[in-house]
Amino acid sequence: MINKKGKSFYFCWFFFITFVIFLYGPTFTIVLLSFQGPEGGLTFPMNGFSFHWFEKLWEGGGYVDIGSAFRRSILLGIILMILTVILSVSAGMAFRKKFFGSNFLFFLTISSLIVPSIILSLGVALEFRLIDETIKFIGNKYNIDWIINDFQTTLNMFSSGLGAQLTWTLPFGLLIMFAIFNRFDKSFEEASRDLGATPWQTFKFIVLPIIAPSVVGIALFGFTLSYDELARSSQVMGATNTLPLELKGLTTTVTTPVIYALGTLTTGISFLVIFIAIGSFFIIKRKKIK
Amino acid sequence: MNNRKSFFLAAPFYLVFLCFFLIPLILTVIVSFWDYNEYSIIPDFIFENYAYIFNNCFDYSKDVCVTFKTYLSTFYFCFLSWLFTLLAGFTIAYFLAFHVKSLGLQITLFLICTIPFWTSNVIRMVSWIPLLGRNGLFNSFLLSTGIIDDPQEWFLYSHFSVVLAFIHLYTLFMIVPIFNSMLRIDKSIIEAAYDAGANGFQILINIIIPLCKPGIVIGSIFVITVVMGDFITIGIMGGQQLASIGKIIQVEMSYLQLPAAAANAVILLIITIFIIWIMTKFIDIRKEL
Repeated sequence: MINKKGKSFYFCWFFFITFVIFLYGPTFTIVLLSFQGPEGGLTFPMNGFSFHWFEKLWEGGGYVDIGSAFRRSILLGIILMILTVILSVSAGMAFRKKFFGSNFLFFLTISSLIVPSIILSLGVALEFRLIDETIKFIGNKYNIDWIINDFQTTLNMFSSGLGAQLTWTLPFGLLIMFAIFNRFDKSFEEASRDLGATPWQTFKFIVLPIIAPSVVGIALFGFTLSYDELARSSQVMGATNTLPLELKGLTTTVTTPVIYALGTLTTGISFLVIFIAIGSFFIIKRKKIK
Repeated sequence: MNNRKSFFLAAPFYLVFLCFFLIPLILTVIVSFWDYNEYSIIPDFIFENYAYIFNNCFDYSKDVCVTFKTYLSTFYFCFLSWLFTLLAGFTIAYFLAFHVKSLGLQITLFLICTIPFWTSNVIRMVSWIPLLGRNGLFNSFLLSTGIIDDPQEWFLYSHFSVVLAFIHLYTLFMIVPIFNSMLRIDKSIIEAAYDAGANGFQILINIIIPLCKPGIVIGSIFVITVVMGDFITIGIMGGQQLASIGKIIQVEMSYLQLPAAAANAVILLIITIFIIWIMTKFIDIRKEL
């Protein structure tokens, strides 16, 4: 039945194409609308074609400081990417053997993926709030000047924000590592060990080149999931905001195509990262076959 | 590599989940029993936060209480999103697994489905506005064809737009695990059934769907938990008018009523765990990776 190109075949193709239009159509629409002329509004028709709204965005558009939110998000994304790769790869290597608490850690990782994000965000915010209270309490008790005068909060993009995002990116990283090692031929490692290589040499020259394409995948997840993360970050960023948080605020206040220009820009960056990642994935893979 | 070395390799990973997952959850449970006033939270052991949530809920002479109403509305979103993402996700996975023969094309089409997942959710929601709005593309199209006489208001900032956004954002969560299950099905089983005279529909019902059960369950868990705790999609696509549990928690947090928010979070967590527990009765998750 499946070899024959029957009704099911054509229906599925039709459904798939409809789904792809459904997936990409809206994004395509706002990319188009971000080039609206200066007189244009939030919907069609297009009133001419211009870069007006991008210029507005560049000038700041009269809204919050988009530029620095942008830089913060990209910086946080890069840090998340590096941490996700290092932590997932080392944990992935560890999980090939049973170790103390390995089942529990696996359970925690999967739970983190499916626990509603708002609960996690609340929990991390509470944790840092309690740390703050403790620090202030100690400061008052022992009369530590800088705490009494200057201390505000430990809640910060690079403390609580970073941690909350890691609970979202790391499970993906670990699952990718599991997927690799389920199909991993151990005889290469054994051969290298028999030839007298140290564990580090075996990892560097044998294991790492084999898993390299998938490590690119982990890096992609690490960066993009952090760069776009919203729900878990919402309560834990402290005084600063990342780009998605600013964007969420803008959805209710901005009534010009500036928001589409911003959307086009962030989506453009995401796409750039995705294509670099996919490109290097296939380049590394091809090299390996040679 | 011995046991201890493995443990140290995994230690940083462990530490992250202890500090940013386990401890925060435990603190949430603890703080849900605390007292609070306008500007601070006070260590205590009281049940008022919970009592407040279920205020009037068990008085059957009155109307349904706010909490139950909110949960009912959240379940309603869950059910619709689950149903449609399942139908769409299953069809796409079926297409990719059984109709696309070349591996290269399979990977390409799969990536096409995945790429939007790596882009901004907020932007993907915002991008529905020019289509669904009062002067949007759908309304102008329907007006010009004469199907409707007046612009429809219910396309945007409604239950419809919320469910549409959930389907748009989360169908991938169904596609991936179901596709994974389908790839594991031994093709010879299907051929055997075909040789024995089964038609396509019978093969789908009696072989493919039962063997995809783990994928369906995993996908369903993802979609249901993400919708249960949502406050962003319901906020943006509902025009900040619709209630959800996640939104209650978020609002209480913005008023610094942390113990109240924690109590709501604990109840949400219990309900979510209960749903997952029922669903995992059907499968062993660890075997499916």
